[in-house]
Amino acid sequence: MVAPVAIRHRLTIRSIDPDPRAAAIVAGAEHLGLDLDEDVAVADIVFIEGELEPDELNQLHAVLVDPLLQQGSWDTPPRDGVEVTLHAGVTDSGAEAVRHAAEQLSLTIDSAATGRRIEFPEKTDPVLAEEVIARLVANPIIEHWATGTIEPTPIADGIEAKSTEVIEIRGLDDAALQLINEDRALYLDPEELRIIRDHYDELGRDITDVEIETLAQTWSEHCSHKTFRAIVDATGGPEGGERVVEPLFEQLRCCTESIDAPFVISAFVGNAGVIEFTKGTTIALKAETHNHPSAVEPFGGANTGVGGVIRDVLGIAHRPIAVTDILCFGPAELPLADLPAGSLHPQRIREGVIDGVADYGNKIGLPTVAGAVLYDPAYTTNPLVFAGCIGTAPTRPLHDGPNRGDRVVVLGGATGRDGIRGATFSSATMDATTGEVAGASVQIGDPIVEKLLIDALVGAEDLFSAITDCGAGGLSSAVGEMAEGVGADIDLELVPRKYPGLDAWEVWLSEAQERMVVAVPPRSLGALELRCHRVGVDIADIGSFTGDGRLIVRNSGTVVADIDTKFLHDGRPQRRMPAEMPEPIRHERTSRSVADPAATVLTLLGHPNIASKAAIIRRYDHEILGATVVRPLVGAAADGPADGVVLADPGAAEGIAIGIGVNPWFGLHDPEAMAYAVVDEAMRNVVAVGADPDRVALLDNFSWGDPRRPSTMGELVATVEGCCAAARMYAAPFVSGKDSLNNEYVGADGKRHAVPPTLVITAIAHVPDADRCVTPDLASSGNVLLLLGHTETEFAGSHLDLLQGEPPTPGVAPAPDPDAASCYRLLHSAIQAGLVESCHDLSEGGLAIALAEMCIGGRLGADIDVLPHDDLVTALFSESSGRLVVEVAPRSVPAFMKVMDDRALRIGEVSENQQLRLPEVEPLDIADLADAFNNGGGLA
Amino acid sequence: MSQVPAIVIAGPGTNRDRDVQRALELAGAAVRVVLANELVERPALLDEARLAVVAGGFSYADSLGAGRMLALDLVVGLGDGLRRFVEAGRPVIGICNGFQVLTRTRLLPGALGHNAQGRFDCRWVVLDPVPNSVSIWTKGIADPVHCPIAHGEGRYVHPDPESLAAAGQVALRYRSTNPNGSVADIAGVCDQTGVVLGLMPHPENNIVARQHPRAARGGGGEQHLGLRLFENGIRHAKEL
Repeated sequence: MVAPVAIRHRLTIRSIDPDPRAAAIVAGAEHLGLDLDEDVAVADIVFIEGELEPDELNQLHAVLVDPLLQQGSWDTPPRDGVEVTLHAGVTDSGAEAVRHAAEQLSLTIDSAATGRRIEFPEKTDPVLAEEVIARLVANPIIEHWATGTIEPTPIADGIEAKSTEVIEIRGLDDAALQLINEDRALYLDPEELRIIRDHYDELGRDITDVEIETLAQTWSEHCSHKTFRAIVDATGGPEGGERVVEPLFEQLRCCTESIDAPFVISAFVGNAGVIEFTKGTTIALKAETHNHPSAVEPFGGANTGVGGVIRDVLGIAHRPIAVTDILCFGPAELPLADLPAGSLHPQRIREGVIDGVADYGNKIGLPTVAGAVLYDPAYTTNPLVFAGCIGTAPTRPLHDGPNRGDRVVVLGGATGRDGIRGATFSSATMDATTGEVAGASVQIGDPIVEKLLIDALVGAEDLFSAITDCGAGGLSSAVGEMAEGVGADIDLELVPRKYPGLDAWEVWLSEAQERMVVAVPPRSLGALELRCHRVGVDIADIGSFTGDGRLIVRNSGTVVADIDTKFLHDGRPQRRMPAEMPEPIRHERTSRSVADPAATVLTLLGHPNIASKAAIIRRYDHEILGATVVRPLVGAAADGPADGVVLADPGAAEGIAIGIGVNPWFGLHDPEAMAYAVVDEAMRNVVAVGADPDRVALLDNFSWGDPRRPSTMGELVATVEGCCAAARMYAAPFVSGKDSLNNEYVGADGKRHAVPPTLVITAIAHVPDADRCVTPDLASSGNVLLLLGHTETEFAGSHLDLLQGEPPTPGVAPAPDPDAASCYRLLHSAIQAGLVESCHDLSEGGLAIALAEMCIGGRLGADIDVLPHDDLVTALFSESSGRLVVEVAPRSVPAFMKVMDDRALRIGEVSENQQLRLPEVEPLDIADLADAFNNGGGLA
Repeated sequence: MSQVPAIVIAGPGTNRDRDVQRALELAGAAVRVVLANELVERPALLDEARLAVVAGGFSYADSLGAGRMLALDLVVGLGDGLRRFVEAGRPVIGICNGFQVLTRTRLLPGALGHNAQGRFDCRWVVLDPVPNSVSIWTKGIADPVHCPIAHGEGRYVHPDPESLAAAGQVALRYRSTNPNGSVADIAGVCDQTGVVLGLMPHPENNIVARQHPRAARGGGGEQHLGLRLFENGIRHAKEL
């Protein structure tokens, strides 16, 4: 008898109605200036290997093809096309579905894979087809393609894992150490390499590959934040002279301690900050960046960024309830000729990133509610993706394990060769070849697996003594951190694998997504296994926490690493870094001239940074869980921008407000002032919507260039000092943060291009009465409009300058307003007293834009007869901090002024006519304002 | 019977189960959320219920077509269990992914394809109950129902929408905005008996007036709540 031979089948599935993906390819090509005929077709391909009878193929066909929607064929397509399929080992949820279907139908198949097929019009130039595929359709980081038909690459079977290598490190000089450093892409400092060498010298043995990789991950900038923990020698700055600066991380931590807010439960330890929400409920909050991965594989990078930050919240035993995203891109209209070598086009990055965020948030079932999108040429090669998550939990003591004897338990997805060395990759500077070398660092997420992890872990808090997520550095980082002090002994052989052939260090370092590590007392293991089994989560007991302080890693019993956790966590030398402090302009105020203020209002409204983000917001499910009380879009036509968003369970009295502050353009002029301004913006976002300014917690996220350049380090120092001063001023403590440094690109000319100083502040605040939230849409005509705060001539970094170009003497960036904190408290009292009909903070574009947005929101006009400054351009377009416009019913004005201690300027009234009328400015029709706002930004 | 026993069926990736549980509870049901594989192991859970919901989400990540794998699980695992449930007159509602599942199990006619505009879309819509519909879920509801959609594969496809409407099987239509290119603006359809309803929008996300995006501007209100559908289903189950 002949042994059965695996037979390859391929099912090509086409949509009966036009496939929207084909139209997207044609539109995308047109956007890039590539001349492609419209006759493009897209089909899906399912590859199945196995001996299947015709009736068995029919059964699969019936499941995989819906006759009302699709046509499927097992024949090779007649028309020429380009076929795309994922590299072996990249998450392929379609293949998973095929295997599941076969199992349900009791069919035996050997393997499954999926792909896509793009068919171009006849006589399309192959060079053009290739360009369309490379620019728009596929990404060589995760996929490969071929003209004609393609076969999925099977995962190489039978590859023997290499045995662990011993690296002779003892006695090596700096040059030899550097060779190892580069060979293994460790990104360690010379001093760190020497300390490792000396440590092993003392031990009297050489280092294993698993050990050196573990140290490199743990000591990476990404995991250990060496810059933020460095002592800084600062020179220059407004005060001049030399001074020694405390580590930035310590400054932020001490700032929080000194504020001593009663609602802070945990700050700057563990995966996320924790604050009290109501009696009996706590909130966990965290924001992360995923910049480098998003640059090379936008979908996967953003996708796993969202997945990672959700795990951070799960990793402090809270149920995730909402996601935020702040995205920075290059200009979408960038001509292809101006695109730096090796970079993806900003349009492609934007599409991929938004899809990646949407895919993860929508599928895991969390509302993506708050965010911002910024455009600047400096983000072309280094897009930034900040993702945040908040969660809630019944109040309980934080887990204080692991304890000696607890089991080391890994939950979730299997481990593959994905995401190896992501932590160290984040230290790399991008250049034209980054995409090629970094491929292994990028993955596609599987939100369903993470959803199941949430289902398994929420409610199981009594079954474990410690929990953390597997993020950068994989198990090496997760187990390594948990083992600090207590020690652990684990066997990599017990870690579930996606496929054979993985080296020990690869299993240890893999950043395969959707995994959590928990420390489980042996008596609770059975109960946790039952929970996991119920929801379909894989669980593996890989070892124990020992109590001897050593991190021992085995591979099938053989010890491949034995590291003192004290050396692992405290052995890294503290960095000492020089900083040249910025010397911002602080006294010279210069105004601007604007030829046609009305036209400028319309142009500003259409500026991509200000224009409506509806096209993005609507791709995110912001309604799931039914708790979104104030949405990102509000008003009569649901197209006005909100300040903060508010979440409150149906029926709950209290709510959670989320506000975001970010303004890198201020940072280019005055980093310290920027820090004040963005903390202030985040504060105003939440206060404007009805949150209590005395119940605000902050997250800090820094994305900067290379801090080894003293001027960059100086910017960071100035920014952190500004953050701390602002936090103290508002008594709003930082509870968690993250820095992403080295966001730089080396161009073909050898010049370095860094991102502008990008500080993102997220404010999470308590809303005492979720039924009394206030939004920016004007409520009714006849109401009085009042301005809070001071208006000064502060144009450096303004959007007016982005529009008109910056003059040679830009003057000052917006300065801190010392009266702001007390003003917000009074405003909150007024909101609580029901005196405020609508309220909007002033940000990009100043007063004119804030008023225009309020008019759009309410589809009502405004007659403004008093301006807050003698200089018209200052009054309309300056971006001074600390300001809000408030709408108050006429009968409530006296009460409002009393509550506000008369600190409000009456500037005009809401009017029935559909116009925004500003002194000395042509009246603006609300319809035109709405049109400019809704059709700007270049995103349909 | 004070509270109607209701079952919410979830698969791996179902994610609006908690939302619909809350809606059912508010409407007066005692709710049990059950995973499809649990239900296959213990089919009695279905027998104990008087009303069933297939909840929204992304079962099996929507891979290779929304709802297909969960539908397969239910058909293979329960055999004609769901059909018998329906034949006993017990109301069933499939929302979003649940609608997609029910069309694949053939409990509901038609199919749901990718949105015509090619993208996932989340926005509030207004649904007009169709007066001649045989659906027990929309019976007696005269006011439009307001609720959000959140889907990428919600374009309702049917070869003969006129006959479907004539048979009273079109239960809900999108008013003014057809967000996904559904044929004849169809947002919800029922089976011939009227006990099974499938719809893409999420009535479970408009159960209290505060959830309406224009609540502060006088929008929405009690008469437009999605809750009304669940109240109808529960009333019907109670009378069985």
